[in-house]
Amino acid sequence: SRFWFNYRHMANTLSMYRSVKRLGIPDSHIVLMLADDMACNPRNPKPATVFSHKNMELNVYGDDVEVDYRSYEVTVENFLRVLTGRIPPSTPRSKRLLSDDRSNILIYMTGHGGNGFLKFQDSEEITNVELADAFEQMWQKRRYNELLFIIDTCQGASMYEQFYSPNIMALASSQVGEDSLSHQPDLGIGVHLMDRYTFYVLEFLEEIHPASQTNMNDLFQVCPKSLCVSTPGHRTDLFQRDPGNVLITDFFGSVRKVEITTEALSLDPDVAGFESK
Amino acid sequence: QVQLVVPMTVVFGPGSVPGDLPKPLPFRDVQEMEISVNLRTSVKSRYEMRYRSTTGQEEAALAAATAREADAALHQLQDTTLGSLIMYVVPETSSLLPQGINVYVGKHRSALVRAGGSLAALQARLREVAQVMSFTASSIAAALSDRVPDGQLGPDARRNLKSSLGYEITFSLLNPDPKSHTVDWDIEGAVNRYVKPVLDKLSLVANFSVDSQILYYAVLGVTPRYDKESSSFLLSAHSLPHVINPVEARLGSSAASLYPVLNFLLYVPERSHSPLYIQDKDGAPVGTNAFHSPRWGGIMIYNVETPASPQASLPLHVDVDMPRVMEVFLAQLRLLFGLSREEVPPEFLLESPGNEGLADWELDHLLWAHTVENIATVSTTLTSLAQLLDKIGNIVIKDDVASEVYRAVASVQSAVTKLSLGHLHAAFQASKEAVTSSERAFFDPSLLHLLYFPDDQKFAIYIPLFLPMAVPILLSLAKIVRETRLRKKEPTKMD
Repeated sequence: SRFWFNYRHMANTLSMYRSVKRLGIPDSHIVLMLADDMACNPRNPKPATVFSHKNMELNVYGDDVEVDYRSYEVTVENFLRVLTGRIPPSTPRSKRLLSDDRSNILIYMTGHGGNGFLKFQDSEEITNVELADAFEQMWQKRRYNELLFIIDTCQGASMYEQFYSPNIMALASSQVGEDSLSHQPDLGIGVHLMDRYTFYVLEFLEEIHPASQTNMNDLFQVCPKSLCVSTPGHRTDLFQRDPGNVLITDFFGSVRKVEITTEALSLDPDVAGFESK
Repeated sequence: QVQLVVPMTVVFGPGSVPGDLPKPLPFRDVQEMEISVNLRTSVKSRYEMRYRSTTGQEEAALAAATAREADAALHQLQDTTLGSLIMYVVPETSSLLPQGINVYVGKHRSALVRAGGSLAALQARLREVAQVMSFTASSIAAALSDRVPDGQLGPDARRNLKSSLGYEITFSLLNPDPKSHTVDWDIEGAVNRYVKPVLDKLSLVANFSVDSQILYYAVLGVTPRYDKESSSFLLSAHSLPHVINPVEARLGSSAASLYPVLNFLLYVPERSHSPLYIQDKDGAPVGTNAFHSPRWGGIMIYNVETPASPQASLPLHVDVDMPRVMEVFLAQLRLLFGLSREEVPPEFLLESPGNEGLADWELDHLLWAHTVENIATVSTTLTSLAQLLDKIGNIVIKDDVASEVYRAVASVQSAVTKLSLGHLHAAFQASKEAVTSSERAFFDPSLLHLLYFPDDQKFAIYIPLFLPMAVPILLSLAKIVRETRLRKKEPTKMD
């Protein structure tokens, strides 16, 4: 969402981006879409920074941020094109989702929303039906192995109600009829810095390191009603594995399967001929 | 229904003909098997065998001293096409095959098989050989892995590279300690001498492009342990998965192409962590000092010998021994493609492929798997496209999308026909064309479902606009009709 007063949405996304990078996912595997530029916004008293904690403790817009879709490029159409892969051939590699049937995908969305929709750019919306259809298109082409969908907006649970493709797990910051609230304002910057649900998810993720064995059930417990005021929800009926067996690092980090190479060829250095250029 | 046909010729050398042949030589026979993938999908395999006895020249070749010489001599006399096999049966007591070995598989498409007494025993052995050299039930199931129900797939099922039109190979040299080591590697020479022959052989399967780079100050993400007994540093097997990530951010890939990238990294450890060895799960050091990750690539650790005198001037100059490195990288390339020789029965002797990197029958193995995978992918894609079109009734199909779909359907039908005739090469090319066309049709940017509104949404938008406007229009139309009717009635009334 645009405009200076939606600072917290950028900060939410950048904080998740930072955690995911810290746990090992490289930029080539991240598609980051930010709808407005808070760091270089003329109203930012500390240019080139985006803070997530008050008193300017943590700058999440560090030196290493690679934004793939910025500003007016963040539209519902581009988002759905990235998901389904129906992208014009001139799009560079960094703007594409090059996943296959062994990829676990994490999708995090935040902004203003309502019962069944999420606002993009303050002028258009994506509905839960469109999202569910996009995921089905992805499943048909096996563009994911498992998908984790996290949404932090008002009435977030409505966004995952329509999913029908297998292997999807979803988390939302609030139920239908509830609003998600923001966390804390910073008096120096003058706006609310983060939303509550994402703030507590971040505190939870700060304790995770690449080899940790924490599973999804712990993530479901994050931000109880006492802290969050809204009731976070989750949906696991489409997911095949038991959430207790799913590691956080399966989605938030990147731990590859590795095999020891036990064979080597035997090459004869004298026989090989030279190729003439 | 896909039928995989393998034309096989079985040549009986002198003294090896079993006593219980049903007909005199030469004769033909067919063996069929069904490989069932799930409840609705199965693949039929059909081995069309032609039995005959040796010609004079073949007899002379079989009289050679070793199996390798015999195979080389026989190769001159063969004209096997891609996908076909030829097997020579030698007598049970023949010394051509070493003791304890019953089958010798050459590096082309032929094998030498020891006779087993009866025809049935021989046929069982021939069936085993044919499966090793073409395809097995598990290799077909792996190619069709997204149709196999989840419980049945082993954990190793999706590790082979998916069939693609091209692959990018990147060789990277990682030097984390340039102050201590100046590393030179003749990568261009090594690629020309060792990698190019292998890629030329694989060029039937896909297009390959090769890049190389050197990265400085790139460290592994894991700190190795110091082991006092061997006075070396060790990386244990369970820390290996965490090694790749910090490096991957710096590897980069070509922005223009969308082909999968295979990364081969050569890591020269820092002086303070030398020598560095990899331990496997049992704690034993790994001979190749290398590991690989399925569908990603491989990493090899190259230890620099500590100089004789501790006062040697830094930085040390290191010339990388490229043949040794390429032996490991090319072996990893084979494993990434799924060409492993581990599941072969112990009584088989496989000839090493030499500098070509893979035997002809291993190339066939890849082609069978990729052709089946391509055909399955095309049918899934086209079915899914048809479902999408059913769902959104008013979607507009552009002419070029339509022509791609027709071309895909024609190509896949041709591929299935060629497979049932035993022409593997033509079938593979047709399947590649089918995949290209179907992907182009499916991923056409104009097919985004967002762009097409269902009819009820159109009504919902236009009715609130036009209905209020329409009310006075309809009312006045009704009034006009009533008035004209009244006027028409009046003349009759006045009568």
